[in-house]
Amino acid sequence: MHMNYAIIMHGESRSFPEDEAFLQGAAPEADITIHLGGGADADLTKTAVLVELTTECLGVYTGEDAGTEGSNMLGFARYRNGDDAPSDLIELVRQPASDEAAIEAARAVFEAAGFQVVVCADQQGRIIDRLVRPKYNDALRFLDEGLAAAADIDLTCRHGLGYADGPIERVERGGLVHHYEVSQRLFETYGGPGFAPARRAHVAKQRSDRDG
Amino acid sequence: MTDQIKTVGVCGAAGTMGAGIAIVSARAGFRTLCFDMAEEGLTKARGQSEGFFAKSVERGKMSPEDQDAALSNLSATTKLEDLAACDLVIEAVFEDLTVKQNLLGQLDGICPPHTLFASNTSTLSITQIAAGCERQDKVVGMHFCLPAQLMKLIEMSPGLNTSEESFQAAWAWTEAAGQMPVKTQDKPGFILNALLVPFNNDAIRAVEAGVASPADIDTAIKQGLGYKMGPLELIDLIGLDTQVRLCEAFYPITHDPRAATPPLLSRMVAAGHLGRKVGRGFYSYDGNAMFGG
Repeated sequence: MHMNYAIIMHGESRSFPEDEAFLQGAAPEADITIHLGGGADADLTKTAVLVELTTECLGVYTGEDAGTEGSNMLGFARYRNGDDAPSDLIELVRQPASDEAAIEAARAVFEAAGFQVVVCADQQGRIIDRLVRPKYNDALRFLDEGLAAAADIDLTCRHGLGYADGPIERVERGGLVHHYEVSQRLFETYGGPGFAPARRAHVAKQRSDRDG
Repeated sequence: MTDQIKTVGVCGAAGTMGAGIAIVSARAGFRTLCFDMAEEGLTKARGQSEGFFAKSVERGKMSPEDQDAALSNLSATTKLEDLAACDLVIEAVFEDLTVKQNLLGQLDGICPPHTLFASNTSTLSITQIAAGCERQDKVVGMHFCLPAQLMKLIEMSPGLNTSEESFQAAWAWTEAAGQMPVKTQDKPGFILNALLVPFNNDAIRAVEAGVASPADIDTAIKQGLGYKMGPLELIDLIGLDTQVRLCEAFYPITHDPRAATPPLLSRMVAAGHLGRKVGRGFYSYDGNAMFGG
């Protein structure tokens, strides 16, 4: 099913950084509006207003109201491991009282464009970052503690767990500064020790700050 | 010492992991003596091994001659004393420190002084297991991945008293058996379980926190990260009760809050939702088909 959608660019998009087909398929005006690059305008006349998220929650744009929040405005992010190319996964973010018609319309737009869509609550880190950032912190800590060599940690995960790549190579490829920023936001929000950025991420962040 | 390993004993050979390890050993040309307590279990394991080798031939992965040779390398016993003939004994018995220590203590009095002992433990300390016998310098960690007959990777860990010569001999044996060893320190869970147990618990806690449905969590992990299985599918496969046992093995040692048993997991086990084996876990199953989250 083809769904018309309009795109409003507010800045650089992490989900759609290139001039790809999804951007080219947008209409000048449509009943579904997609805001990219860090901005959003509420419009209750639309079926759905979709806001691209990075590390922030959707509530930053909509406000929250004691667990009753929700409207036609939804969040989304195309999962991307730091500087890696974006994946084909869209994490669609809803609130407790989000409009079900808006969710279905958003799902239809992305699926029609070939993306896989999962729906998650408006929580810090959504699904993937919430789950993998503690694992990357563990792997970086294991490296510091001499549990095994980086190559062996990665090899073990690829051959023992069937992962496409190992945690060390993946987090380094995505960028340790990016990992620091995502982990730190999770740590500030939830406080769990697993979210605390590993030492190597702190070092990368400090070097980045020093170098400007 | 490597060249001296001709005969390999496998303790717990009626179990899934032990039977797989025996296949690895026999397939690589080592005389392999399968030990377990019950004759019936060993007979069943023998049948499964024959079936595995037959399929390997069908799929062109093994010649009929190699199949015959591998099967002739396999023998079974319920008498621990028969392991006196072994140069290497690999234990894959119940994951309990006292059980493993007692086994190595008994083997110490049975096997000749040169025999190496290897433990397939996934969570316990090699050093502590080795403390059950006198030859602590000849005890190594040799953690196979499940299913052992298909997965090449082995986590190899020396205990505090393991000699370099013993470790190198055991390492060389794994390579001679066609496996892929990686060296880790003797720490809880080595690499695999140290990463996997808290990660799986985090996925359970995400379900409990209402982050997303099990199906959406698994889809996100597979699609976004390229994992073959999602964490909740995996827990259903290994069994929710097994995940509880892993937590109970880890948390008292590591005190990592992520390793503690998630409350939802405890409730599901209490309710009998143990995963695939009972048809209900994070998913419901009809026969072998997953039909919902």
